[in-house]
Amino acid sequence: MHRRGVGAGAIAKKKLAEARYKERGNVLAEDQIVQMSKQLETFKSNLEEFASKHKQEIRKNSQFRVQFQEMCATIGVDPLASGKGFWSEMLGVGDFYYELGVQIIEVCLALKHRNGGLITLDELHQRVLKGRGKYAQDVSQDDLMRAIKKLKVMGSGFGMIPVGGSYLVQSVPAELNMDHTVVLQLAEKKGFVTVSEIKDSLKWEKERACHVLDHLLKEGLAWLDSQAAEEAQYWLPALFSELTSRDVTPEEANQMTP
Amino acid sequence: MDRFSWSNGLLEINETLVIQQRGVRLYDGDDKAKLDVGVALLSTHRLIWRDNWCHSMPLSQILLFEEQAAGIGKSAKIVIHLQATPANKEPGPYQHSKYSFIKLSFKEHGQIEFYRRLTEEMTRKRWENTPASQPIPIGTGSQAGRTRAVGIVGIERKIEEKRKETDKNISEAFEDLSKLMVKAKEMVELSRSIANKIKDKQFGLRSYLLSMGIADPVTRETHGSGTHYHMQLAKQLDDMLQAPLEERGGMMALTEVYCLVNRARGMELLSPEDLVNACKMFESLKLPLRLRVFDSGVMVVQLQSHSEEEMIASALDNVSDKGSLTAEEFAKLLGLSVLLSKERLLLAEKMGHLCRDDSVEGLRFYPNLF
Repeated sequence: MHRRGVGAGAIAKKKLAEARYKERGNVLAEDQIVQMSKQLETFKSNLEEFASKHKQEIRKNSQFRVQFQEMCATIGVDPLASGKGFWSEMLGVGDFYYELGVQIIEVCLALKHRNGGLITLDELHQRVLKGRGKYAQDVSQDDLMRAIKKLKVMGSGFGMIPVGGSYLVQSVPAELNMDHTVVLQLAEKKGFVTVSEIKDSLKWEKERACHVLDHLLKEGLAWLDSQAAEEAQYWLPALFSELTSRDVTPEEANQMTP
Repeated sequence: MDRFSWSNGLLEINETLVIQQRGVRLYDGDDKAKLDVGVALLSTHRLIWRDNWCHSMPLSQILLFEEQAAGIGKSAKIVIHLQATPANKEPGPYQHSKYSFIKLSFKEHGQIEFYRRLTEEMTRKRWENTPASQPIPIGTGSQAGRTRAVGIVGIERKIEEKRKETDKNISEAFEDLSKLMVKAKEMVELSRSIANKIKDKQFGLRSYLLSMGIADPVTRETHGSGTHYHMQLAKQLDDMLQAPLEERGGMMALTEVYCLVNRARGMELLSPEDLVNACKMFESLKLPLRLRVFDSGVMVVQLQSHSEEEMIASALDNVSDKGSLTAEEFAKLLGLSVLLSKERLLLAEKMGHLCRDDSVEGLRFYPNLF
């Protein structure tokens, strides 16, 4: 009787067919890999030529950096993926952004005790610039945002929350869902918010508002002023930089335990 | 043109610059002056012209002036009729001239505004109210004019030159960038087509993808995007982190490691991805370090020797000892970061050894007596 597919013979045949297929697959790939290596070498020299002429532009000109990044994104390339990448090695883009990453982390760490791990992009920008000194290359907010995107991969809780036309940068793994975000956005104008304001603007019930505010308090992102005139006010230190507490310098930040 | 005197290009006290326009050629009457195209400047007191050298005349010399429209192949001009030369006039580019008018030819436009401002200044006659001090003759007249223009005017010129150069550089850079990207795109498409065909990625192919910055479609969980480079990195990290880890109770947040390592390196820095990929290889390389991800998403590097049981036991001990602890208090006690001490307490809680009291005053942990 001929049953299809069973029996040692059939199995052996199948294995052979698989092996042949694999072999063929590999041989095919090998040709292409050779071709690829050649093209790679050509591309590398193109990149070297570009670098020798324009490396300075990338370092000095933030507009140019934006263009460069966007073009890379369009073709599906992440020039910041690895310090070992061509882009990094030859154009030096990597070092610029990775160092910026270090500076961002340090600023956020230094201020965490005060703002709970939430800071406006503006304030972050100012402090990073200050820390870099007046002879360092200029850094734009676009540069900061790209560096922050990279930091996310280290699970540090880095993220950006759109608020009032700009962003709040989060640097702790506090869970902030849509409700929290919306309240932050509401608080942006004055730096604080009350339960009544939330109820009026967002049409929430008192419980929901209190739940969100409690969470922000617990995470250290909000401070409670229960002695305010009419109603308790929930202040967000991230949203104002004229706090009376003393400014923390990057040197002190280095000494602080994260 | 014999009304001009050599100038050192500096504005006097009380003299203010009103407008400047580049691309201006001077005419001695109807004849082109034997000078190149330069910059015409109008101040509250003088009409100044400069190129490699600089000369000026007081506005009081101007009798009247009129516009001359542009024609075919001819730039727009302002014709300026002048008073007779004063006796004490300093030497200038022309000893004498048969004409008593000059023309400013605006090869790069700007004549409308210049004319307007000249009209204004000639009406206001500000030089009469705030007499500028007499120009100090520097050396002999002709030498003063021929030295390269310094002072405000010279600085302005430098800025202008730099701006032109920068503009040129930028547009060239953008052009070259576009060409480069076209080539890069070809590379990406080629590598994508290959990457999709082969399932078993050899190290070689992977490092190629890494160099190009192309996302590797193969799942990263199993091998990470490990390449030879990352293997070496992993070993370097092992060397570098032993001491710091011991100091910090056996555990460091990945962001902390990132800062530590990159500050030490100074250049050729690691990308965040490089660091993560290297750490993922600790186990397979049998190095005494581990990358660990907490439920919260926080990633740490910890010493293999610091076992989980030990950490939990010590957390329980400390909490029992003090009755209860918050993350901040625990951090102070152990000399750890608040972030990591919180993770330890959470871990102990997860294992059922601690329980929490969550209030607006903070998160406090107690030994679990249930």
